[in-house]
Amino acid sequence: MTVRIGVVVFPGSNCDRDAMHALALAGAEPVELWHEQADLGGVAAVILPGGFAYGDYLRAGVIARFSPVMRAVAGFAAGGGLVLGICNGFQVLAEAGLVPGALLRNRDLRFVSRDVSIISERLDSPFTALAGERRPLRMPVAHGEGCYFADDATLDALERDGQVLFRYVDDAAAVAGPDEPANPNGSLRGIAGVTNAAGNVAGLMPHPERAAEAVLGSDDGMALIRSLVESARERAAVAAR
Amino acid sequence: MSRSASYRFAVNVTPKPGILDPQGRAVEGSLGHLGIEGVSGVRVGRRIELSVEANGEVEAQATVDRLARELLSNPLIEAYVVEPLGASSSRRSDEREHAG
Repeated sequence: MTVRIGVVVFPGSNCDRDAMHALALAGAEPVELWHEQADLGGVAAVILPGGFAYGDYLRAGVIARFSPVMRAVAGFAAGGGLVLGICNGFQVLAEAGLVPGALLRNRDLRFVSRDVSIISERLDSPFTALAGERRPLRMPVAHGEGCYFADDATLDALERDGQVLFRYVDDAAAVAGPDEPANPNGSLRGIAGVTNAAGNVAGLMPHPERAAEAVLGSDDGMALIRSLVESARERAAVAAR
Repeated sequence: MSRSASYRFAVNVTPKPGILDPQGRAVEGSLGHLGIEGVSGVRVGRRIELSVEANGEVEAQATVDRLARELLSNPLIEAYVVEPLGASSSRRSDEREHAG
């Protein structure tokens, strides 16, 4: 059975095609979900792709939060559905309160577009289950507001509860703190991605879908995309029983 | 439902104390080029002006508070202050600004 995975398209999304391509490479059937849709058409998982939803006006992600499709995504997430927000999609999830924290203006005020290395802190999540060992994954970032922020008490709780999913690391695979060059945006405690408390909603700033084939410079991102597809497939199979 | 008047407000949104504000830091860093000394603690926020039709200022203020809390600011990282600018006709005040 081919698993159907939704990719939300907001006005201003620009990585939706890349996400759909990566999903197809992983053997899934990608389904476009227009932002005005109030239902998800029975997809087994949802990706919120990168871009500049609604022009990033006011704050990145905030206007998208109030779109009809996000109401549906919130309901889907509350029911345990798998949701992955990439870059702008992460900002939308954070603004919607579906994952903890906020994404601030980058430490150096510049839009950063370059490759980074991240490490998975959890290999038992639906988003990393096929990542194999705990090794640095190479993929691009491209954002102006990616500096992960939460207050200290929240950060402590996230670490304690295993909600830190990815961190930026340097060449020696050591976590890159907010002032280190391997951390592209000043994210606190090197956090590149987090999950909600239930573990079914995740957001990350780097772009796994842009590291989907060796010809693009890296196919490390496919470890995450394949994990999502397989996890969605397993869940769909269980639900169909 | 009749709405008696239009009230004009400004919502001033600023980064909460302790939140890193790289824009403020950049502004502060430029002050030396102007030969200005003794300026510190620069924080860059945004100001949103709007008109609300309501039955009285209290009701209008409640609407603006909700808007400020749920949309105009992110309570995790930003604080806001609602500043009443008085009863007005929104269209007229827009025109005034453009005419200025």
